[in-house]
Amino acid sequence: MRSSGGVPVKIISLIIALFILLCSIVLSSGMGAVHIPPLKVISLLWQKITGWNIHIDYPESWNVILFNIRLPRVLLGTLVGMTLAIAGVVFQALFRNPLADPYLIGVSSGASFGATIAIYLVWKFSWGGFNAISIAAFFGALLTMFTIYGLSRIGKRTPVTILILAGVALGSLLTAGTTFLMFTASDAYQTIHTLGWLFGSLSSARWSEVTGILPYLGIGFLFLGIFSHRLNILQLDEHQAQALGINVEQTKLILIFVTTLATAAAVSVSGIIGFVGLIVPHIVRLIWGSDHRFLLPMSGLVGAAGLILADSLARTIFAPRELPIGIVTALIGAPFFLYLLRKQKRDIM
Amino acid sequence: MIKIDKVSFSYGTRSVLHNVSLDIHKGEIVSLIGPNGAGKSTLLLIAMGLLSPQQGNIRVNNRLLKEWSSRDFAQYCAFVPQNPYLPPAFTIWESVLLGRTPYLNFLGLARKKDREIVKQALRWVEIENLLHRKVSEISGGERQRVVLARALAQEPECLFLDEPTNSLDVHHQVTLLSFIHRLAEEKQVTVFIVLHDLNLASTFSDRLILLEDGLVVLDGTPGQVMGNEKVLSVYRQSITVFNRPDEESRPAVLPVRMYDK
Repeated sequence: MRSSGGVPVKIISLIIALFILLCSIVLSSGMGAVHIPPLKVISLLWQKITGWNIHIDYPESWNVILFNIRLPRVLLGTLVGMTLAIAGVVFQALFRNPLADPYLIGVSSGASFGATIAIYLVWKFSWGGFNAISIAAFFGALLTMFTIYGLSRIGKRTPVTILILAGVALGSLLTAGTTFLMFTASDAYQTIHTLGWLFGSLSSARWSEVTGILPYLGIGFLFLGIFSHRLNILQLDEHQAQALGINVEQTKLILIFVTTLATAAAVSVSGIIGFVGLIVPHIVRLIWGSDHRFLLPMSGLVGAAGLILADSLARTIFAPRELPIGIVTALIGAPFFLYLLRKQKRDIM
Repeated sequence: MIKIDKVSFSYGTRSVLHNVSLDIHKGEIVSLIGPNGAGKSTLLLIAMGLLSPQQGNIRVNNRLLKEWSSRDFAQYCAFVPQNPYLPPAFTIWESVLLGRTPYLNFLGLARKKDREIVKQALRWVEIENLLHRKVSEISGGERQRVVLARALAQEPECLFLDEPTNSLDVHHQVTLLSFIHRLAEEKQVTVFIVLHDLNLASTFSDRLILLEDGLVVLDGTPGQVMGNEKVLSVYRQSITVFNRPDEESRPAVLPVRMYDK
């Protein structure tokens, strides 16, 4: 498919991707110790949404399994995967750096440090459906982002290189703090709990978390939708972008803020899930080209479907034990990405 | 059209421009010439607001630069930088369409009119056949035309160019400048351009401005500027100027061997 493919090709691609995502949601909701066939999943969902009784036979336990356990997890995976992939697109575009991922400017180290503190101090409070670990991770991520942005500001400008370097430096400091806490813990359970969080997992998913992160993601997606064509222009250097009528500094600040807000919300409920935010944007760019008005929604759909499938595998391969989801995303994503990279043999940004 | 009034600028402690004043009129092609480090590119960037001078001010169309919004300014003036970076994965169409940015609504959706104007711009610089190619697949000369087409898609009244012919061969240099010449002639676009090559500057400009160490040394027609002895001293006697038989008002320059005598 040519990446210059016209609008219809792109719209059809989006519709197909949306369809695949919906299929993934249905399939994944049926997978697990208790298998629920896809058609029954659809019927149960239909019944729940419309309120119509469609008289099919199923064990009462399916209702609980589907609606209280699996669906929140699958939908959380959808939202997190979507957010990470979209945030990856934004940061790669903003920093014009193929290595950029959603965690580039301290989101992961800040969130990890926050979560670790909450685990070690055994904070028990909760607010708005989030537990203490999520809340600490969320504010840890945002605080780190603001600190890095503040440190990188020179006069009225925020040079990208300084932003990245400051992010790396402050990130190592926070990671050192996290590691220090893990080593000095008196309770081994706390260390295991932290490690589990650091590798990322959707196993604690509940409805309150799904609805809790929605507003932050909603704000993020709304702004990114509006700003997506400006991301195309930011691919040029700053002088060119400015000469095309873009207020570069203001655009950069808004994009960094809304993207970090959404990522922080996602990370606070899922921990650090690597790879999705780095690779999905590249995969989509390699196949369909780099128009960000298309790249953003497409990456969101691919990231969501990818993360759901990875999570299904993570919880079923060694059932009843669960693998950290980051391992699965890397195991599947890396070979596929390398294959694409070899096949295309062209510039990736 | 563009009025530069007593502008001074320095990078840190290094002073680059001293009290420069210039008036550029509508439809004029004005070339900034001078040795490396004379402040040509800096003056160009200041004239279009990409750098702020420490002293002095600039008016474009009788309005102070700071009174222009970046969007309005981009509808009025376009910029062709030196060796511009274009994302290699963009198609030529996508790259030129970026020139419509200052006209698009907040969602950035191109309308039929925008697409028409982009087509015209591509036709104007004769690259409509490259439409579907990627930036990574075209030559340096074609890339400069893409950037010029993008500038044209902005429908500008004035055009700023910073050494646009760098790294092009003579044929491509002449083609690019001929497009620009035609623009000034047919569309009355004001052109303010930094050129290294004195022959190109002499051939294509209505007016030359010779800068040396941040000062305007000469300002006049190609004949007046190139015919003046000061050109030789600014270039440290490395050139000789003579009248070309085909166009007497546009003198030509050749290099001379130094340290021979």
